[in-house]
Amino acid sequence: MVHCYKLNGYNIILDMASGSVHSVDPVAYDAIEMYESHTQDEIKAFLLEKYSHIPDVTAEEIDELFSDIEALKASGKLFSVDLYENHAFDFKARHTEVKALCLHIAHTCNLTCDYCFAAQGKFHGKSALMSLDVGKRAIDFLIENSGKRKNLEVDFFGGEPLLGFDVVKGIVEYARSIEKQHNKNFRFTLTTNGMLIDDEVIDFANRECHNVVLSLDGRKEIHDALRKTPSGEGSYDTIVPKFKKLVEARNGQGYYMRGTFTHKNPDFTKDVLHMADLGFSELSMEPVVCAPDDPNGLTDEDIKIVCEQYEVLAKEMIKRKKLGCGFTFYHYMIDLTGGPCIYKRIAGCGSGTEYFAVTPWGELYPCHQFVGEEKYKMGDIWKGVTEKDILNEFKMCNAYAKPECKDCWAKLYCSGGCAANAYHASGKITGIYEQGCTLFKKRIECAIMIQVAENE
Amino acid sequence: MTRIKTLETKDLKKSVENGGCGECQTSCQSACKTSCGVANQQCENKDK
Repeated sequence: MVHCYKLNGYNIILDMASGSVHSVDPVAYDAIEMYESHTQDEIKAFLLEKYSHIPDVTAEEIDELFSDIEALKASGKLFSVDLYENHAFDFKARHTEVKALCLHIAHTCNLTCDYCFAAQGKFHGKSALMSLDVGKRAIDFLIENSGKRKNLEVDFFGGEPLLGFDVVKGIVEYARSIEKQHNKNFRFTLTTNGMLIDDEVIDFANRECHNVVLSLDGRKEIHDALRKTPSGEGSYDTIVPKFKKLVEARNGQGYYMRGTFTHKNPDFTKDVLHMADLGFSELSMEPVVCAPDDPNGLTDEDIKIVCEQYEVLAKEMIKRKKLGCGFTFYHYMIDLTGGPCIYKRIAGCGSGTEYFAVTPWGELYPCHQFVGEEKYKMGDIWKGVTEKDILNEFKMCNAYAKPECKDCWAKLYCSGGCAANAYHASGKITGIYEQGCTLFKKRIECAIMIQVAENE
Repeated sequence: MTRIKTLETKDLKKSVENGGCGECQTSCQSACKTSCGVANQQCENKDK
C-alpha cells in the first residue's frame, strides 16, 4: 500500500509496509499513483498527453521511470507487501514487562481548567493525595515486574502532582537508592500546571527529572479563558515567569510546553508561535479530549481549520529553522532512520501492558485516561494485575486488530491510535476515534514533509 | 533523469529480525498524554 500526497510544493510517496519515503517529481507522482490500477501502456499514454508541453517527458524517459519503480519494488521500498499480520496476532504469547508507570500523585488540583479530562483533577471520584508508602510500593511493583528492562519511566501526574511534592521527592529518593542494585535506570517526568513551581522544584527537576511537561495553552487570552484558579483568576501571569525560570535553569533542555487547543482556538498555530516567541523552543499542542457535546469540543468546521493550521505550522517551522530561530513541535518529531522497529510500531503506546496508571490508592489502570472507568481497573500494586482478561484485551489491541485500520496507510505510524479515545468514541478499545485519525494523518503528512524539505 | 528521490529510512521489514528489544520509551511518557503516536519515538537499542 502506498500513500501519495502533495504538500508545500513536494510530491511525497509513503510505502506503508517498509516505512520508505520518496520525494518525487510530478511525472513520477502520477505514474506511482496509477501504477497498481493501470497498465504501463495506459500510464505512458496518460503521461505523454498530460506532459506533452515538457520536452524531457518522452517515451524513453517514461520507460526509465518504470525501471526505477520496478527496481524500488524489487528492493522492497515501493508497493511492498504487508507481512506483519502474523506478528501482530502473536502478541498473546509475548512477554510484556512493565516499564513505565504514571503515578497519580494527586487526585486534586489547584486550578479548575474547564476542559480537564480528569474532571478538574478528581477523576469523578474523591480527592486524594498519594502517600509515600503507596509511592514506594509502586516503585517496587515496577521493578518486580520489569524483567530485564533497564530503562524504567515514572511520570508524576495528577491532578497537580506538586500538591504532593514531598511524596514526589520521597519516591525519587527511594527509587534512586535501589536502582543500581536492581540494574535499573529510572527516568522521571514531572507534568505540572506550574502554579507551585519555586526554586526548590526547579532544583529538584534539574537534578532528577529527565523531562518536565509544562501546561501552557499559548496566548494569555486563550490560556486564561479556560485555565483558571478556584477564585476565577487566570493563571497565565503566575506561571509564565516560573516556566521561564525553570526552562532557563535547565539550559533549555528536557522539557515541553504542553498546550491544549479547543473550539475557542482552532487557529492554534498562533498559540504555538506565541510560546515560541516567549522563548520556549520545545512545544507540544494537543486537541482537547472531551465528550462530543462539550462546548469546548472541536466541531467538523474546526477540524478543517486545524488541518490547515497544521500545514501553516509546518511551513513556519521550516522558515524559522532557516532563519536560525527554529523550534520543536512534538508531533512533528520523527526520526526516519532511528525510529521504532516494527514491533513497537505494531505494539503502540504500551498502555495496559507495559505502562499503567497508579491512583493515589494504588489501583492499576491501563493509563491515565482510563482512571475512573471501573470496568478497566486491572488490579493494584500489591496484588499486581489481577484482571488478566483486560491485560489480554490490551495485548491484542493494535492496528491489525482494528477493522477500520485495515486499509489505512497510517497504521504503522499511529499503531491504531489511542485506546482510550477509541473506547470513549466507540465503546471498544479496538474501535477508532475518527477525529483523532483525521488529525493524526495530517500531522504525519506534515512531519514527513518537513523531513523531505530538510533533506533537500 | 532521476525523478524519484528515496530518503534514508529504517527498514521496517529488516527490523522483524533484529527488533523487539522493548527498551524504547512508552509513548505517553513524553508530552502527548492523549493522541500518542509511536512515530516520534527513538530506538534505544544501540546494537541494532
